[in-house]
Amino acid sequence: MSVRSKVIEAIQQIAREQHVTLPALSDDLSLHETGFDSLAFAILVARLEDETGVDPFTISEDAAFPATVGDFVRAYENVPA
Amino acid sequence: MSPREVFALRDHLGAELKGRTISDAQDVVSLTDVLRHTVLGGRLRELSGRAVLLKLSDQLRSGLAMIELDGIARRMLLCAPDLNPAHLGALIADAGIDAVVTDEPGRWAGTGVPLVVTAQLPLQMTAPATSERATEWLMLTSGTSGVPKIVGHTLEALTGAIVAEGPTRGQAPVWATFYDIRRYGGLQIFLRAILSGGSMVLSDPHEALADHVARLNARGVSHISGTPSHWRKLLMSGSAAQFAPAYVRLSGEIADQAVLDGLKAAFPNASVGHAYASTEAGVGFAVNDGLEGFPADYLGNRNGVEMKVVDGSLRIRSARTAHAYVGRSAAALTDADGFVDSGDIVELRGDRYYFVGRRGGIINIGGLKVHPEEIEAVINRHPDVRMSRAKSRRSPITGGIVVADAILTEGTDPARAKEIRDQILDQCRAQLASHKVPAVIRFVETLDVTPAGKLARTDA
Repeated sequence: MSVRSKVIEAIQQIAREQHVTLPALSDDLSLHETGFDSLAFAILVARLEDETGVDPFTISEDAAFPATVGDFVRAYENVPA
Repeated sequence: MSPREVFALRDHLGAELKGRTISDAQDVVSLTDVLRHTVLGGRLRELSGRAVLLKLSDQLRSGLAMIELDGIARRMLLCAPDLNPAHLGALIADAGIDAVVTDEPGRWAGTGVPLVVTAQLPLQMTAPATSERATEWLMLTSGTSGVPKIVGHTLEALTGAIVAEGPTRGQAPVWATFYDIRRYGGLQIFLRAILSGGSMVLSDPHEALADHVARLNARGVSHISGTPSHWRKLLMSGSAAQFAPAYVRLSGEIADQAVLDGLKAAFPNASVGHAYASTEAGVGFAVNDGLEGFPADYLGNRNGVEMKVVDGSLRIRSARTAHAYVGRSAAALTDADGFVDSGDIVELRGDRYYFVGRRGGIINIGGLKVHPEEIEAVINRHPDVRMSRAKSRRSPITGGIVVADAILTEGTDPARAKEIRDQILDQCRAQLASHKVPAVIRFVETLDVTPAGKLARTDA
């Protein structure tokens, strides 16, 4: 499974659990518009860390939290293996 | 002035009751004629009036030494086997120890302790001794890092709950406990065995659980106690099927509904009760209705035990509490009114109080206080979960999130893990505030339990 599909699947799983109705997930959708609150994002980052072994937001001190879904996916894609 | 009548352990051990024993995995010692025997090589007189450290590698000799020393020594300090040897010096100074009873006399040469007495089996014949004084019983608190606190009790305080319950009906019980008898929970059972006219089967940390259960059966154990973690381990082991005690007791940790129901199912003919006790507060109460928590009307004064809730924490005043912390810089054990603050947080729901956790065990989730025990109780309610542990995990977004490890019931199909995880999360979301719902649930094979029989909470 590609990193992108792992991330998208995790977003959809958490949306179901949290009863969040997601809009269509396009790369330029702002994370704010997903309907996720900070707890939902915290869950997402923790689960992706367990699945992929990385937490791109803790590794780099100056990493700004992404603004869009595309930025978020790229944060995981761009982690050096 | 005539001295007040002294009642010590030996005065509960007459020769009229036949067949009483105390045993471990290696030895069986008769309690019926124990008063005519000595584990101290006949040197009890030398220990009269002394402050004695009991530092033995096994429970059997420790128990026999307690029987001999109670009523003769001025005080005795019981050491659990996991005591860090680096703390011994501070404890010896704080308790004013001037004698040690040990099975390793060589280790005590040149330590400055003036009297070293070797405890040995088999017992030797001796003339029975007469109780001279009310010996002070010193115990160590568990679960604290650093030097443990020394807690002072009297035999009267230690046995207050046992005397209040009255004699057991029917045949004299054969008691056992998963605890070490040098801890409060285990000592209570040892004292019950002696006061009830029954026998005692000791645990052995090096024995496999299946062998332990086989030994409990062979010795006819009828009454047995342990922490919820001890019991969960037994239920998971599959060894419970061969065992049929009449009375099962839990203490030392929160007994949630899942473990109470699990024990009732495993031992359908047993009465299952949970007791609330701590080294400092003594035995508060026992709950025998099969439900977690305790009835709200236990607060107030009930059978000489007064309880109140202050800032969410249970406070207890009774003749069964310890009387002081012992040592040079010892803190006060009670508040100004004589109540011991247990640090156990309770919550009133309907007409019952429920234990939600320890004050010191709170984890911080995004600025909100969370008791891990409260989350574990909900997870444990899932029929396929045997045991769980909630903890905090650092999060770059919220600072912290709740994660949980869970052990599935033996024989659960691993292919059902995802389905079970979703069900647990649904259950948590229905019963807990959103910040308490675990972000991640991992299924694990084991969870660490401390030597005191409690779930290890290293991050709490």
